Amino acid sequence: MAEKFVGTPKKATTHVNQNENLIFEKSSPGKKAYRLSELDVPAVDAASLLGDAVRTDLGVMPELSEIEIVRHFTRLSTWNYAIDLGMFPLGSCTMKYNGRVNELVARLEGIAEAHPYQPESLSQGVLEIMKVLSDCLLDICGMDAITLQPAAGAHGEFTGILLARAYHESLGNARKKILIPDSAHGTNPATAAVVGYEVQNLKSNAKGMVDLAELEKLVDEDTAALMLTNPSTIGVFESEIHKIADILHAKGALLYMDGANMNALVGKTRPGDFGVDVMHLNLHKTFSTPHGGGGPGSGPVACKKILEPFLPTPLLVTKSDGKLGLEYNRPQTVGRVRMFYGNFGMFVRALAYILANGPDGLRQTTEDAVLNANYIRAKLEDTFELPYKTRSLHEVVFSDKRQAKNGVKTGDMGKRLIDYGFHAYTVSFPMVVQGAMMIEPTESESREELDLLIDALKQIAREAEENPELVQTAPHTTRVQRLDETTAARKPVLRWKAPVAATPVAVDTAAKEW
Amino acid sequence: MRYLPKSPADRKEMLAEIGVASIDDLFSTIPAEYRLTRDLNVPRQHGEQEVIEHFKAFAEKNATGYASFLGAGAYRHYRPVLIDTVVSRGEFLTSYTPYQPEIAQGTLQALFEFQTMICELTGMEIANASMYDGSTGVAEAVMMAVRVTGRNAAVVAKTVHPEYREVLATYALHQEIPVTALDYTANGRVDLAKLDAAITDDTACVLIQSPNFFGTIEDVAAIAEIAHKKGALLIVAIAEAVSLGIVKPPKEADIVAMEAQAFGVPVGYGGPYCGVIASKEKFLRQMPGRLAGETKDMSGKRGFVLTLSTREQHIRREKATSNICTNQSLVALMVTVFLTVYGKGLKELGEQNLAKAHYAAQTLGKSGKVLFGGAPRFNEFVLDLGKDAETVNASLLTKKIIGGLPLAKWYPELGADASLWCATELNTKAQIDAAATAIAGKA
Ligand SMILES: Cc1ncc(COP(=O)(O)O)c(C=O)c1O
Repeated sequence: MAEKFVGTPKKATTHVNQNENLIFEKSSPGKKAYRLSELDVPAVDAASLLGDAVRTDLGVMPELSEIEIVRHFTRLSTWNYAIDLGMFPLGSCTMKYNGRVNELVARLEGIAEAHPYQPESLSQGVLEIMKVLSDCLLDICGMDAITLQPAAGAHGEFTGILLARAYHESLGNARKKILIPDSAHGTNPATAAVVGYEVQNLKSNAKGMVDLAELEKLVDEDTAALMLTNPSTIGVFESEIHKIADILHAKGALLYMDGANMNALVGKTRPGDFGVDVMHLNLHKTFSTPHGGGGPGSGPVACKKILEPFLPTPLLVTKSDGKLGLEYNRPQTVGRVRMFYGNFGMFVRALAYILANGPDGLRQTTEDAVLNANYIRAKLEDTFELPYKTRSLHEVVFSDKRQAKNGVKTGDMGKRLIDYGFHAYTVSFPMVVQGAMMIEPTESESREELDLLIDALKQIAREAEENPELVQTAPHTTRVQRLDETTAARKPVLRWKAPVAATPVAVDTAAKEW
Repeated sequence: MRYLPKSPADRKEMLAEIGVASIDDLFSTIPAEYRLTRDLNVPRQHGEQEVIEHFKAFAEKNATGYASFLGAGAYRHYRPVLIDTVVSRGEFLTSYTPYQPEIAQGTLQALFEFQTMICELTGMEIANASMYDGSTGVAEAVMMAVRVTGRNAAVVAKTVHPEYREVLATYALHQEIPVTALDYTANGRVDLAKLDAAITDDTACVLIQSPNFFGTIEDVAAIAEIAHKKGALLIVAIAEAVSLGIVKPPKEADIVAMEAQAFGVPVGYGGPYCGVIASKEKFLRQMPGRLAGETKDMSGKRGFVLTLSTREQHIRREKATSNICTNQSLVALMVTVFLTVYGKGLKELGEQNLAKAHYAAQTLGKSGKVLFGGAPRFNEFVLDLGKDAETVNASLLTKKIIGGLPLAKWYPELGADASLWCATELNTKAQIDAAATAIAGKA
């Protein structure tokens, strides 16, 4: 046999990547990166004001100059992959372009410096931002009432299930369990537990969708709600959604929708119209607020009229004089889920996104997201196993079944994709698909970028056939290779400590496990 | 639409490659009766300039150009320019949760530095990579204490931020955690005698805040001793993180649940902020949220990963330590840059805050009385002006001054005249003097 096949990444080249120690290792006594304004009131003696409570030692806190700090964080930044560098085919995560004007408007003085307790009369602008955003989201969801308070998707789930619980309690019985499909995200069952519910697993049918017969069997007077992701985590619309809602409603149970996948629906269909009682949105997915390396997010919860009395306090209201205000006196509320009013800065960005799009842009966005996913599916269907053949919406889930025969797993191919200049797709989720390769391109990718991804995945599939080891040990071009996660968990090192006097930091021989 | 990178020809060709006639064919799985056939009722498409004008109009309806004395959980501090320089870099701003550590070392190393500085400042051994905010952090810390101790109840000081307590109440209700409220004494601190009586065999934790909601610094060591004697953990909440530059860390605590907003995060009408939980190392397995840890790669090179994820929802589902997934990573980066810029200079910053608040208390106090003397304070104090606080504030507004936060809503026992004032390095002597003059005129 000739030389083993090694693919040619068209997008990525290796580039110089500077080393950089931890900030503490760069510190030296007496350097400063700040100068306070001159003190214009009499100085005080901290020790005499604070007595025993005074602090005398700041330990390892760093001491550096400004240029060193700029270089430190700039160098670190170059070790990250980001949307601004290229595509994240991460299924379920909706990694779309984050418009820069959003950042600008979020930093306007009257917005960024608004104090949460400043008088309502001086807060009409920020309240109006919340009001306009709320109205937009309500129409997008087809719902009656909304709270912007939850800080992320999981926090929205928590709030939504609290509403369901309060609703059932108001009828005399909180009920005992929440039904959750086996394809659901981990936050769904974790949330049900935090709200004090048992989780009952709902098995999907052969098409990866809710099994109506099974659902009918499980729903009873103890069922508080079904938490359903629609489109599901395999990117498929639950076509029998109205029957699902009917089955639940017939037993007095509610339909909760995990709105993580709303990027497939905005402007095309509305959850409120197809029977959903309560849902959350992820502004950091569908509405383009930046992911920021893991957050912040924002998880507004929209609901039908029957759940409105239970929404968290305070609730944004229009008062009789036409002014906006915050209503605290709501006897049936579930209480507060977060201090103040939520991740307000994300509301600003989400509204800026909606304004930039308008109704036509939002619909086109959804259509392009779905077009992109279907294009990838059409082009890769022959290369990878497609466990569920139902039409995809915004994402497509393949499996590694063919490549696994050669010992190449989904995680390996995801890592190899890095060498081709991409982020990995979502690996091993949803759990209903063995060896899942979950790809969500979003609307933000041009045809050229999609073709590069398709080409990369085809080359990787060929490598998996002809040169599996190359894929199994990927990535090869990154600053660090695969990291030893086992030791990281077994002997956790979660903070830096100053090395004991002059002993150089020992570098072990190559770790054995990863 | 300017964000969409496709020409009409691209779309047509791609549909042809997929083998469908129109885009609507791709939505055929949505039953026809549920398809939206009208435009969404949202504002029309705006150009970039129009978007900016729109938000400028919103911004102008808010308070600008006022001297503010508000704190109470949202602290105004100077934000070094470098913070936005760093977080505006697309490599940080537009990156994902660092689940692929080979291409996320920037975020991971910064989080490791964040965790280190939080440990150093709080006197704890471990810290997580952020929680949503201080209030949910407090609720999660109490749930963590329940798991650690196998006990079920919580004793919570009334001097903890009222909104933290409200959020805790929401979580505790469904976790069936009984919460007992703990009084304060005349010096604004936790009542130690009542504390001793409040702790039972079922008490998992005592929750206090220091500096507390009145700005008073609690006697953490004494409270810890009482709690520990009875087998309860001590959770210390911190809302004004800048205090840690000059106030002794609560190292006697078992868990610290803090809000790091004061470290360079805009007050931004209440969020996004940066909660964080720190604790003793022995509670590691019960810690909620993400943790960045140090390790090595296949060639022995130092690197960082998210670790101990068997605590988290994506692995453990309903048995996870929390349902949190997305956290406040970019805000934690803001905090990290702030802490790097100030470093050991946090002490000097803390001293300036002490000086400003001391001067403000003395100057404003001439028109009334400063409550809760006899215990040390950081940058907040409660002022009783002998006149309805809302009325005083309304007249101050005409002088472009936002006065302290009236407390009657949460502390009716203090009466209508009490308000909570905060002075930071941003409050000039001229502002403080102007407020004092205005108040003296009214008193
Ligand atoms: C389907 C689904 N549900 C829920 C979540 C949780 O959202 P968040 O991370 O904002 O808490 C996610 C995101 O990761 C998701 O993909």
